[in-house]
Amino acid sequence: MIRRSWAWHLLMVLVLVVLLYPVGWLVSASFKPAEEVLSGLSLLPSHPTGGNYTQVFGGVAGYSVWHYFANSLVISVGAVIGNVVSCSSAAYAFARLHFRGRGPMFGFLLSTIMLPQHVVLIPQYVIFQKLGLVNTFWPLVLPKFLATDAFFVFLMVQFIRTLPGELDEAATIDGCGPVRTFRYVIAPLLRPALITTAIFTFIWTWNDFFAQLIYLNDPARFTLPLALQIFVDQTSQSAFGPMFAMSVLALLPIGLFFFAFQRYLVEGVATSGLKG
Amino acid sequence: MTQAVLDRPVARKQAAPGRRRTGQGVGYLFLSPWLLGVLVLTIGPMLASLYLSFTDYDLFDAPHWVGLDNYVTMFTRDDRFWHAAGVTARYVGLSVPLKLGLALVVAMLLNRARRGAGLYRSAFYAPSLLGASVSLALVWRAMFATGGTADRVLAAFGLGTGGWVDRPQFALLAVIALAVWQFGAPMVIFLAGLKQIPKELYEAAELDGAGALRRFRSVTLPMLSPVLLFNLVLETIHAFQSFTGAFVVSSGRGGPGDATLLYTLYLYQRGFTDFRMGFASAMAWVLLVVVGVLTALLFRGSRRWVFYAGEGR
Repeated sequence: MIRRSWAWHLLMVLVLVVLLYPVGWLVSASFKPAEEVLSGLSLLPSHPTGGNYTQVFGGVAGYSVWHYFANSLVISVGAVIGNVVSCSSAAYAFARLHFRGRGPMFGFLLSTIMLPQHVVLIPQYVIFQKLGLVNTFWPLVLPKFLATDAFFVFLMVQFIRTLPGELDEAATIDGCGPVRTFRYVIAPLLRPALITTAIFTFIWTWNDFFAQLIYLNDPARFTLPLALQIFVDQTSQSAFGPMFAMSVLALLPIGLFFFAFQRYLVEGVATSGLKG
Repeated sequence: MTQAVLDRPVARKQAAPGRRRTGQGVGYLFLSPWLLGVLVLTIGPMLASLYLSFTDYDLFDAPHWVGLDNYVTMFTRDDRFWHAAGVTARYVGLSVPLKLGLALVVAMLLNRARRGAGLYRSAFYAPSLLGASVSLALVWRAMFATGGTADRVLAAFGLGTGGWVDRPQFALLAVIALAVWQFGAPMVIFLAGLKQIPKELYEAAELDGAGALRRFRSVTLPMLSPVLLFNLVLETIHAFQSFTGAFVVSSGRGGPGDATLLYTLYLYQRGFTDFRMGFASAMAWVLLVVVGVLTALLFRGSRRWVFYAGEGR
């Protein structure tokens, strides 16, 4: 189609510019004074200011942005630990251990990957409400410790199946039971899949809006996405600057993860069809 | 399942603790978090929401059985329900083909061993990670507002559409654009599929005098069809559940004029603003059935166009 190298690069750079323009626009807007935010096409602020950031660190809806940052972090890290522990444990059982009902249960696991969350949403909410856990972080973290993200279980089952069975046999001959085989043989080899799971769990939980919107309603418990949404609805257009400063801060961890782990991320999607 | 777990200690006392028996118990031990989750957070809630869908339930008083009322109201008397279904149909019908089309074109462009291809691949993937966030939805809202960047760029080309998010006939397009912008994930999957196609097939086709278009139609498309089906199913299911973009762009109202009232947004409003949990549960089950039937149809129809190499039967 396109034979010449320079024409190809030109096209790719063009796509890149169009694609990354909104991100550049956001970063630039966060340094613009209020009256310039909406109208400016230029990515270079004519009068760059750090004022938006100062204002956000000072306080949004009564709390400093760090408060929301910390809330988001607690939930995301909790979700990562939950997914890594519970999904790897379930995956080991499905991939290596023999027990009654394994086949049908694995089939059911696969079908829950496709299940729209709305169909369990309201009863789950009722459960957490009856337990008095609405407006705490538990509804957002606890399910992860029960391996509800079936996709990651599937990802790890596929990974464990590629590990040679002789390893397990050797461990058994050396006197390891399944628990120690998992701990000392499978878990260390599973690391790439664990890292993929951890990264995607962190990013998805960090970005998540729907579940947090439903379960958290006290500003003291707000996460970054919630604070942002409330912020924009409570303030006039003149506050767009600080809002975008906060948006940049909210995207910062995602950006760092992307630069640090882009290999893992892209390979994870390519090999397993993970949703981005 | 529960029975087997309960039986285990007894069985162990009776029989010699052979390897297989130990394996049984340990299997359930490793599985226990998932089993508990499935029972308490999936199967239980599914049955409960099916029951609730036949009731009037406001979260405070006990559910009150009303039979098929919620479904009848939904299908015959609720205009907003049909409107939300229509908006969602347009959203899915436009965003999925556009996103996959763009993903395929860019994947094919990247599928040539040129220097920097890996770098572009990573960069094009970045929006898939960022786009689901509230931050980017806010950027969209500002860029597509009246007087915003997109408005001014379009005006410069003589397309004075005004701010998309403020005009009922364009607002959904802005939300669709946000979805299409995240074409990176399916692109990466397409690219992995393209790399699997043997070079010899293209060489043979070229020797037979096939042009670029013919090679695309007769080699690329059939060889890539399983990946295409995978992306199609995944993106369709995903699109039906899309929420954040429409919510943020419209401040949770689905406006202007209900133009961005996606099905999930209406479900949220009915359940968590009006506290009509029974009605919302009924909506959730309708969504499940629609998505299930559509997925089944996609798989069924795929027999005609999906080609599995090495399936010599």
